[in-house]
Amino acid sequence: MEQLWAIAITIIAASTPLLIAAIGELVSERSGVLNLGVEGMMIMGAVAGFGATYLTGSSAVGIFASMLAGAGMAMLFGFLTLTLLANQVATGLAITLLGIGLSALIGENFVGKQIERLPNFHGIDILIIFSFILVGLVSWFLFRTRYGLMVRAVGDSHTSAHSMGFSVIGLRYACVAFGGACAGLAGGYLSIADTPQWVENMTAGRGWIALALVVFATWLPKRVVLGAYLFGTISILSFVVQTMGLNVPPQLLSCTPYLVTIVALVLISRNKRVLRANTPACLGQAFVADR
Amino acid sequence: MPLRLEKRAERSSTMALVSPLIAIALTLIFGAAVFASRGVDPWHGLYVYFVEPLTDEWAREKLIVKATPLVLMGAGLALAYRANVWNIGAAGQLQIGALFTGLIPVYFSNWQDPSVMPAMLLMGVVGGMLWALIPAYLKVRFNANEILTSLMMVYIADLVFDWLVRGPMRDPKGYNFPKTVNFVGWQTLPHWGDIHLGALFALVAALGLGFMAYRMLKGFELLTLGSAPRAGRFAGFSAQRAIYFCFALSGGLAGLAGASDVMGVSHQLQTPYSTPSYGFVAIIVAFLGRLNPIGAIFSGLLLALTFLGGEAAQTSLHIPDKIAKVFQGVLLFFVLACDTLVYYRVKWESRK
Repeated sequence: MEQLWAIAITIIAASTPLLIAAIGELVSERSGVLNLGVEGMMIMGAVAGFGATYLTGSSAVGIFASMLAGAGMAMLFGFLTLTLLANQVATGLAITLLGIGLSALIGENFVGKQIERLPNFHGIDILIIFSFILVGLVSWFLFRTRYGLMVRAVGDSHTSAHSMGFSVIGLRYACVAFGGACAGLAGGYLSIADTPQWVENMTAGRGWIALALVVFATWLPKRVVLGAYLFGTISILSFVVQTMGLNVPPQLLSCTPYLVTIVALVLISRNKRVLRANTPACLGQAFVADR
Repeated sequence: MPLRLEKRAERSSTMALVSPLIAIALTLIFGAAVFASRGVDPWHGLYVYFVEPLTDEWAREKLIVKATPLVLMGAGLALAYRANVWNIGAAGQLQIGALFTGLIPVYFSNWQDPSVMPAMLLMGVVGGMLWALIPAYLKVRFNANEILTSLMMVYIADLVFDWLVRGPMRDPKGYNFPKTVNFVGWQTLPHWGDIHLGALFALVAALGLGFMAYRMLKGFELLTLGSAPRAGRFAGFSAQRAIYFCFALSGGLAGLAGASDVMGVSHQLQTPYSTPSYGFVAIIVAFLGRLNPIGAIFSGLLLALTFLGGEAAQTSLHIPDKIAKVFQGVLLFFVLACDTLVYYRVKWESRK
């Protein structure tokens, strides 16, 4: 029983950052902005969260700092793509490359340092609970409130939304910043709650997996939970298999999350009808108001 | 916001040339600020970082060696991005290319005649190409996003490489070091100082792709499909064929970059292997060259310089060499921001 609970906890710990990052990116994409910089915002959140906790001794400050760092990177992305109308794909890659470099530079002095882990009850900490509340809130916001409807309108047809008097750019900035704060928090979860230490490149592609999760969930918040936990479970089970002494090279077992991502993308993308029903129609397109 | 963009009637060809230069200038200003914040005299810092590495012969050779894989990959990616095909997995394609190249010396170590060199290079190209064709196939057949799949393939490539070089391909007489046997004789590339034959491949590839892009029907097809997909379809160009073509081309070049790296520089496979990370820098090379394969020659050299400068900053300024990654990221940022100037005029307007 205890062993099962331990496995369950590791699964939850593996799924939570994916869930938080993906739900933020979902909101951003619902407003029509494809931010491929999740990995970069996440790693910045991880280093900022760790650094702030280390310097102040308070994990609350650390959590706040991680969100701020993620949102800051997202605003940079927003300025380039929304104000200067740069290509969203290229800018997202720039955010990722910059985030990886900048976090390595900032984190130089934090390598090998220790902080106190975020307090938890039998392995369940506040961020895990918050991640579920977050999904509920986002789902309610997008489908039950006026502003949520506006966000979806902006994502599905920015010209009509503009002619109805909505501020397309303003709403998109807000959604991008929210997505960045979530990605930052997901990174902060890794460095404050999951493994309380800073390691260069510690996100190890989780930001990209979160991006794939949004597609896998066909832009529906509740399915993101399903997807994140499916991914978390599969990646942890591959480690469990390893401890059971199966004669498979560990490197090949470590491939599992990446392989599963590819398989999941293929399975969901081959059905164009399912995909088209919920894909924001203006995803990735720049908006210029014609006056 | 007081900043407003006004679309130009026509794309400004002056700005197309000037905008990368503005981006470089802005990056230098950023660099000066970073040096100042670290208590280093900005002029001295910039001199050590960007000028000093060019002053001696040995470092100039190193610059070309580092630029070789960057130009090879950057030129291929530039053309792919022009066609709106987003291969961001060049790092993995390079690594699998290197792995395929290594199969010959590991399993046919007695093959020692002039034919082994082209065979190994070909293996590299085939390896990179096959690895790149997986995301291409998934895109064409199942509509799976090629950005995400090609990136996932990078992580998988790294793990497979690590497994094989530690396991089946390890040198049995290598004192358990995670590396293969040394490549010897005809299994290595001819070299002049540090510069190896790969540099010539890079130059030829970039010029050849530049010729193809602007003087051949295939290039016109790719450029059309990238900028006006509907028009391309009416012209009878197949978007699916373009996806296969671009992935095969950029992947093959990445594989060649891997082959020439292990045959020209390290003369063995070892893990961890650091060159694949150049695959991501090659994305910056492509954009700084304004997605023109010939431009990749210049931008490849500049980004190679950022690596050398990083090493110089580490040794003589005591600034961690990770600063190189920051400069590279910031450079891409400014490049993308300045690209706006090609199509738009920036106007400041006061609030009425």
